[in-house]
Amino acid sequence: MFPKMFKIASVASLTSLAAVGSAFAVDLEFYFPVAVGGAAATTIEKLTADYVAANPGVNIEAIYAGSYSDAGVKALTAARGGKPPQLSVLLSTQMFTLIDEDVIVPFDDFVSAEEQESWINGFYPSFMENSQTGGKTYGIPFQRSTPVLYWNKEAFAEAGLNPDAAPANWDEMVEFGKKLTKKDSSGNVTQWGVRIPSAGFPYWLFQGLSTPAGAILANSDGNKTNFNDPKVVEALEYLVDLSAKHGVMQPGSIEWGPTPKAFFEGETAMMWTTTGNLVNVRTNAPFDFGVAMLPAKERRGAPTGGGNFYLFKDSTDEQKDAAVDFVQWITSPEQAAVWSIATGYVAPRPDAWETDAMKAYAADFPPALVARDQLEFAVAELSTYENGKVTQTFNDALASAIAGEKSAQEALDQAQAAADRILKPYR
Amino acid sequence: MRNSTRHQWIYAWLLLSPAMIFLITFTHYPAVQTVISSFFSTARGRRKSVFIGWDNYTTLMADEVFWKVLVNNFWYAVWTIPLSIILSLAMALWVNEKLRGRGFLRMAYFTPTVLPLIAVANIWLFFYTPGFGLIDQIRGVFGYPEQNWMGSPDTALYSMIAVAIWKEAGFFMIFYLAALQTIPPSLREAASIEGAGKFYYFRRVAFPLLMPTTLFVSVNAVINSFRLVDHIFVMTEGGPNNASSLLLFYIYEVAFDYWDTAYAATLTVVMLAILTTVAIGQFFFLDKKVHYK
Repeated sequence: MFPKMFKIASVASLTSLAAVGSAFAVDLEFYFPVAVGGAAATTIEKLTADYVAANPGVNIEAIYAGSYSDAGVKALTAARGGKPPQLSVLLSTQMFTLIDEDVIVPFDDFVSAEEQESWINGFYPSFMENSQTGGKTYGIPFQRSTPVLYWNKEAFAEAGLNPDAAPANWDEMVEFGKKLTKKDSSGNVTQWGVRIPSAGFPYWLFQGLSTPAGAILANSDGNKTNFNDPKVVEALEYLVDLSAKHGVMQPGSIEWGPTPKAFFEGETAMMWTTTGNLVNVRTNAPFDFGVAMLPAKERRGAPTGGGNFYLFKDSTDEQKDAAVDFVQWITSPEQAAVWSIATGYVAPRPDAWETDAMKAYAADFPPALVARDQLEFAVAELSTYENGKVTQTFNDALASAIAGEKSAQEALDQAQAAADRILKPYR
Repeated sequence: MRNSTRHQWIYAWLLLSPAMIFLITFTHYPAVQTVISSFFSTARGRRKSVFIGWDNYTTLMADEVFWKVLVNNFWYAVWTIPLSIILSLAMALWVNEKLRGRGFLRMAYFTPTVLPLIAVANIWLFFYTPGFGLIDQIRGVFGYPEQNWMGSPDTALYSMIAVAIWKEAGFFMIFYLAALQTIPPSLREAASIEGAGKFYYFRRVAFPLLMPTTLFVSVNAVINSFRLVDHIFVMTEGGPNNASSLLLFYIYEVAFDYWDTAYAATLTVVMLAILTTVAIGQFFFLDKKVHYK
């Protein structure tokens, strides 16, 4: 009785599937996160609708999945439950975790040799560092960012500095910072020199110090870290000294959320934060501001950040082909330009910057170019196997040094030892 | 006779079954499954989950972060439970009096309960912000320097405790207020005829009659001291260096940031054990001191 009913039911569903199949050859589900709000969600939905309208054989459902971490949780839970989306935008740093969970496949198998050259090799190499490992491409850069330095030109002029020149190196940042730090009659600070937010995930902006110092935090296989490299120690000591020794930055860990507001309120004269805030600052800063690359030490340098497209394993080849075609379309120069202008994310391909729309945008708002130019010096955001655990270990070390509980050397030695323990099975 | 007994049995089971099915599906089965999972390793990709005995518990004993969050949670409980109860009782006594704007006061005290914790955490974030945050602006008037409340390991946990107390006290107040209104006014009249002062009346009459409510509220306060962690996600993410991390927050981190679900299950077992012990203890010991009518 039961099996028979089941058979009938499955035959019925097969025929109905076939009927649907003739109307829509391929159905795709696509999760996307929104990190900064605003135009991102509507833009992504509009682009998807445009693609579907132009490609009647494909139906794509774009599903808003919350913040980056929510989207990561949802995609992995769905994949573990056997019903993953075919496609998802997730943090570029989750690559090793997704490989380890065996839920994604590389894009290479679904593109021709020619497309490999023209498409995959057409992205900025610094974005690809977080997208490729072991010679395979697991991520396609999409909503990518990098941190930059914003400065208040009026505060610079008031302090007797050239309002059009940002600090070019570490020493200058301290020197400018000292001039910019203002105190009231009772000795309390009313304006800090610089603000580098460190709450929650200090590692990201810290890479804006460790990279210029000449260190790379993790290898490209994602199984070895260099947390106690002398150059990393030097970078952390510099960060701690900004508050402890030079008194140009608020002591303790600094929140991300109120950072733009602190800048608008004149609470700080310089701030480090993501290019994702560019549109926000442009709209809300009540003064003239400038945007510059992060200051240099031995070299210039910064991390990249943000999200990549991932292709999930548990789907048919037709679905994968269609998904890759969609990703190719949405990262093509014209669409990337639309996306970048609407959101402030850095267009991930040099050819996108050659489009008329991008050229007009950059001419109207030159700070947008700073992030692009910094890409030449940018490196991968810290990412390893067991990424959550390893990154948290590193975050804890940075936080304890910033709080003055441990010396930079001691904190980083411990973090390296812990990371070695965690990553041992992956070597 | 026998037939009617059987009928009663069926009747009883039918009445019990809806609640039981839900409790078993969503409470008892997951709890048992959690205990089982804690003896297995986390499955990763092609590596299947295998039985590893007490390994997760050995890891737990050696896990510094676990001990830190446990100590944090202890202090969180020690401060939030009594303070929120005392505060709620004081507020209830205050708004139980006949005074002008009583309705407005009651509403004001209850507002924190109605607001979602995530939303108010965002507001508190700006209260605590060093420099231009509300608290620092007030301190600034008196010439105090700015203080990084959430960014310093010494104050981060206490900043979180203050938010939790603020959030909880209004909720508990409602229970005390309801209980106060069930106390017959004749008792107060009798007490005043006998010449009992206000404080004496409270200590010997009102407070003993409120004991069932106090028990209920304290059980809730204990559970909340483990459960109320939403604001930590918004405000500190457990930082700096786990100074404001609590057990439940750490469990979430292990399960959904580190994806180490087996270890998260082990941590959950610890939390279950603590909560069960405390709840049983509370009913067992306090029940003797509670007067139900």
